[in-house]
Amino acid sequence: MNIIVCIKQVPNTTDVKIDPVTNTLIRDGVESVINPFDVYAIEEGVRLKERFGGKVTVITMGPPQAESALREAISVGCDEAVLVSDRKFAGSDTWATSYTLSCAIKKLGEFDIILCGKQASDGDTAQVGPGISTHLDIPQVTYVKKIEKIENGKAVVERMTEEGYDILETPMPCLFTVVKEINTPRMPSLKGMMRAKSAQIVKWTAADIDCDPQSIGLDGSPTRVVRIFTPPPRKGGEIIKGDAAQVSQELVQLLKDIVI
Amino acid sequence: MASITVILNKCTGCTLCVRSCPFGAITMANKKAVIDMAKCTFCGACVPACKFAAIELRKDAVGTKDLSGYKDVWVFCEQKKGVIQTISFELLGEGKKLAKKLGCKLCAVILGHDIESKIDELAQRGADKIYIVDDPALKAYLDDPYTEVLVSLIEEYKPEIILCGATVIGRSLVSRVAVKVDAGLTADCTGLDIDQKDKLLLQTRPAFGGNIMATIITPNHRPQMATVRHKVMKEAEIHKGHKAEIIRKKYPASVLRSRTSLLDIVEEVEETVNLSEADIIVSGGRGLGGPENFAMIKELAKVLGGAVGSSRAAVDAGWMPYSHQVGQTGKTVCPKLYIACGISGQIQHLIGMQSSKVIVAINKDPDAPIFKVATYGVVGDIFEIVPALTREFKKMLKK
Repeated sequence: MNIIVCIKQVPNTTDVKIDPVTNTLIRDGVESVINPFDVYAIEEGVRLKERFGGKVTVITMGPPQAESALREAISVGCDEAVLVSDRKFAGSDTWATSYTLSCAIKKLGEFDIILCGKQASDGDTAQVGPGISTHLDIPQVTYVKKIEKIENGKAVVERMTEEGYDILETPMPCLFTVVKEINTPRMPSLKGMMRAKSAQIVKWTAADIDCDPQSIGLDGSPTRVVRIFTPPPRKGGEIIKGDAAQVSQELVQLLKDIVI
Repeated sequence: MASITVILNKCTGCTLCVRSCPFGAITMANKKAVIDMAKCTFCGACVPACKFAAIELRKDAVGTKDLSGYKDVWVFCEQKKGVIQTISFELLGEGKKLAKKLGCKLCAVILGHDIESKIDELAQRGADKIYIVDDPALKAYLDDPYTEVLVSLIEEYKPEIILCGATVIGRSLVSRVAVKVDAGLTADCTGLDIDQKDKLLLQTRPAFGGNIMATIITPNHRPQMATVRHKVMKEAEIHKGHKAEIIRKKYPASVLRSRTSLLDIVEEVEETVNLSEADIIVSGGRGLGGPENFAMIKELAKVLGGAVGSSRAAVDAGWMPYSHQVGQTGKTVCPKLYIACGISGQIQHLIGMQSSKVIVAINKDPDAPIFKVATYGVVGDIFEIVPALTREFKKMLKK
């Protein structure tokens, strides 16, 4: 089974601090990590390989330093890694990003399953996974919380919904975006870390992936940011003092209009 | 390819752009801004930040499309088992305002089976026109037929704007549609408006975990598509007797075919109130000490008719199922009232709930970060305060 996992390198939000003077993000010294949701996609890919054989190829589009995210993926069991990196991709919105990744995936050749995290923690759009499956014209299931079975070229999976979950059957090749509930990611093994260090990372630029230059980067992105501003920071409000009975009575009065 | 340049004779060295850059890509050298191309992502934040028009972000001219034929505001109205989801009413309320500013019609789009009876409901919420596609193949949501039908409708009737809920279905559907019709799509908007001059849709959304807000436009593509979070917009009021023009469409099997098939829909009983739709959420965290103590959280939620949330710590400890988790790796919520009990307020949790209208925090640690976002904070023992609060609410609500 050929499995492709798409990942993104993002700033680690546990490190994010706000500059109290300018009220903007302090990025210096913020560590970069694999998008937390993608970690579950990587784990699921490696588990599928362990169950059905085959190989896991991890792919990312990003700046050169995203290579470290790919090495981390290799350390937990991915076999091959591809970095799609070019200044020409800068300014990509989700349309251009999913187009670029779909071009790179076409170049990789035949595959059975593409796995993505349900969304990235820095953009939160959840649009790139479905975008890739649409560019490739393959079926998708989003918010997958369990891959129940795979046989005869079909997969049965559970899609998390607001009320519970749906059980869906889909032919392969297909794309799944996964939620945290799907598995518990493993830690890298010593052998994995050694492999990650020495592994060859395939590097592709725009010229390598047969893409339309007008459909990539800022030029290929329908959306454009016109303003970025910091919302007024939420101020800590009132501290209510007293014993349990007093504070409860006061809170009930304060919240009366909302609750009724 | 696109390029960004600092026009040196306009740059005054004021450093406004340095502060505006979310990627730390701008520095000053000899009192002029210098952009580090290794860090710059062409996000464009610095361009409007510069008061002297000294930064130019240039896009290569991509063949411009004729956009004049696109008009009207569409709302994709999500139904499950024939019940229109409340997010659709919120979008109709917001869509009406946008349609008024543009001087165009507000149209509801509904796909499903045996949904003829929903027409009045949508008309009463202000839809001027209703596109209805009623077919057994559309009974429950499936990516393929829903995408193909919506794409066909868009290609035939050319809407200027399409709004859709940022729900499981909405996000899956419009992400596909936007790629197919070559449209711009902005996720998870919390604010929408119309630019008076260019008549463009201004889409404002949180970025970087809600620490920064970005306003996004789609200048050269149509429709302009956006998903909108729950509970951000106000529901459209009901006007009894309001009538809409009805357009019934039928599509051939080639459009309605689905590669995936739905085998079953499972509703988990534990989830009595849908977390993202709840007006009131009572959440518990590590401070509860054990799964059995969630009983008092559930009790308070029940009295208030709200939903039960949980911090990641309590989910990871196995005290609550993942479906209740609020925060970065769980759900993003913005209820009218969020009561955090024994939750310290790690940034990952705050990201998921800080846009709630009123936040009450109860925690024994006065330095807990949750108090920084709380409208009302109570420093004390949750085991005393939560039950007392439940009793007081019961008294007031006469339950």
